[in-house]
Amino acid sequence: MAYLELNNVYKTYGQGDHATEVLSNINLSIEEGEFVAIVGFTGSGKTTLVNLINGLLQPTRGEVLFKGLPVLGTSHERGVIFQNYSLLPWLTVGQNIYMAVKEAFPKKSKKELHEIVSEYVAMVNLTPAINKRPKELSGGMRQRVAVARALAMKPEMIIMDEPLGALDALTRGNLQDEILNIWGKEKRTALLITNDVDEGIYMADRIIPLRPGPKATLGPEFKIDIERPRDKTELNDNANFKETRNAIIEYLMDIGNERKSVEQEVYELPDLTPKSFVGHF
Amino acid sequence: MKQSITLDRVTKFMGLGFLITLKSLFTGDLDKEGFRNFLRKVVVPIASIFLFIGLWHMGAKSLYNIEAEYKIEKALTEQGQEAADAMKACIASGDVSCQPNTLPSPAQVWESYKSLLRDHQIISADKAAFAEKTAVINAKRIAEGKDPITYTGRPSFVDQILTSLKTVFAGFLLALVIAVPIGVIIGLSKTLRSSVNWLIQIFKPVSPVVWLLLVFMIVKTMTKDSNSDSAFIISFISVGLCSMWATLVNTAMGVASVDKDYINVAKVLKLGPVQKVFKVILPSSLPLIFTGLRITLSVAWMVLIAIELLAQSPGLGSFVWEEFQNGAIDSNSKIIVAMFVIGGIGFLLDRIMLTIQNTVSFNKTSGI
Repeated sequence: MAYLELNNVYKTYGQGDHATEVLSNINLSIEEGEFVAIVGFTGSGKTTLVNLINGLLQPTRGEVLFKGLPVLGTSHERGVIFQNYSLLPWLTVGQNIYMAVKEAFPKKSKKELHEIVSEYVAMVNLTPAINKRPKELSGGMRQRVAVARALAMKPEMIIMDEPLGALDALTRGNLQDEILNIWGKEKRTALLITNDVDEGIYMADRIIPLRPGPKATLGPEFKIDIERPRDKTELNDNANFKETRNAIIEYLMDIGNERKSVEQEVYELPDLTPKSFVGHF
Repeated sequence: MKQSITLDRVTKFMGLGFLITLKSLFTGDLDKEGFRNFLRKVVVPIASIFLFIGLWHMGAKSLYNIEAEYKIEKALTEQGQEAADAMKACIASGDVSCQPNTLPSPAQVWESYKSLLRDHQIISADKAAFAEKTAVINAKRIAEGKDPITYTGRPSFVDQILTSLKTVFAGFLLALVIAVPIGVIIGLSKTLRSSVNWLIQIFKPVSPVVWLLLVFMIVKTMTKDSNSDSAFIISFISVGLCSMWATLVNTAMGVASVDKDYINVAKVLKLGPVQKVFKVILPSSLPLIFTGLRITLSVAWMVLIAIELLAQSPGLGSFVWEEFQNGAIDSNSKIIVAMFVIGGIGFLLDRIMLTIQNTVSFNKTSGI
């Protein structure tokens, strides 16, 4: 039995004639300790998929199983890193994390909770900014707070919804390494949703493309057989990397073109030939 | 230098940014941009004040002339040429008994302002003297378990202002205590919101006068046996009821429209309902709640005058009404003094609320 399982999951928004099927026939299974990436175009229903897994949404049909039990709501066992950080702006970095830790470990003493907070703040290298408010931080720092908040609750599985989407390339690279570092240390199961194929290959064990919605469904999976720890600069020359990357991009491009050709309307043009003015002047 | 930067921040924070420009004129660090700012923020407003006073003066003068001519004309048609000449001479001599009663000029208003202050000093002195005189007797009376003798003389203009402020704060607190909790509860439940919406929509536009009468009906019966100050109770409850709607609606809206991301965070962290309200929903709706409270305070101050005027409870409203009834030569200018005082205090109250609002709302904190 897989650690996380999605069986024939459908998700429809609206009702009757206005219903739009966002996700259709999603089947996914993730083993314990695995790092899986789902790659897809923007607007293909990635966030809906994440919300089904973390329990914020319920599937219209089908079932989402976590450790064999259906997911009926959110749980501290599944930590979530949101796309837009979702830090509470009126709390400082420390307070944001403290609030999460306090909920996750209600029995621990205040001192222990503060220790956990400072441990995870140090882990994402934000100790100097612990008393700052999110507004005073850069995008990358905010996302690191969100990472620390999710990890400090010590979830068994960590779900990341395009966590680095809004960051510049350099910050993105650093954070990828930080997340991988932490994942490598604590060996939790991880699910990464991204629109960046390179990021997926660099970080994950398996990549599964999400065919664009409406009626989005998962495509065939691609295994990444590259030794960890992976080196970004060396990766570019790795034949295996190039091959996988090309295969995935080709697959996604094909879907893109397919979608375009489906959408393409054929205009009937009148059968005319331009009049020749030769000899008139 | 650092200190002055903090000072600048504080003034800006309180919505008094023009003071900074004024200060930079004296410290001498005015560049071209600063000079333009100075023109726009200091010179032009001051010029407009002078223009306003000038127009007022001219308007008052022409109204005075119209009134005077009418008076002379009337004397002429009713009593003949001799009376008209006497009236003309009387008006020209500045005799109090025959002055035309119309819009007072700025100079007259200034005079009245000074006389009100003098009046206040006289009354204060009188009060102090009274307290001194009765100190011994009062001590004895209190020792015997009797009520002390209190000063029952006429309240001065400053006393009226203080009474009005007391009433408005009592009303504002009442509005706060009623509207914020109810607003939060309504905001949390869609069912409740749609079930009380009609009530809010109907009561919101009701005029202060009607509220006053309603409160009067209830309070009159409830305070029948006690000898408490029912005029004060009636006026502050009416002020509270009139002004609480802005806070109620804003609080409900703020609570109902909390960012979905924050709600998701609360769900993912599995916050309990109480924690969710106090840690997520209330802080995120604080800016809107305070916007509501700011409107409430300004509405409270505005309706207070009308309510005091009608409820015969002491304060600026009854001062205005009494002066109007009084019909003395300087009554009109005293009313105008009251008008400026009311406006100035309203402005100050608004600035105070703005400062508090800026302090508590998270998206505007400039790090003070």
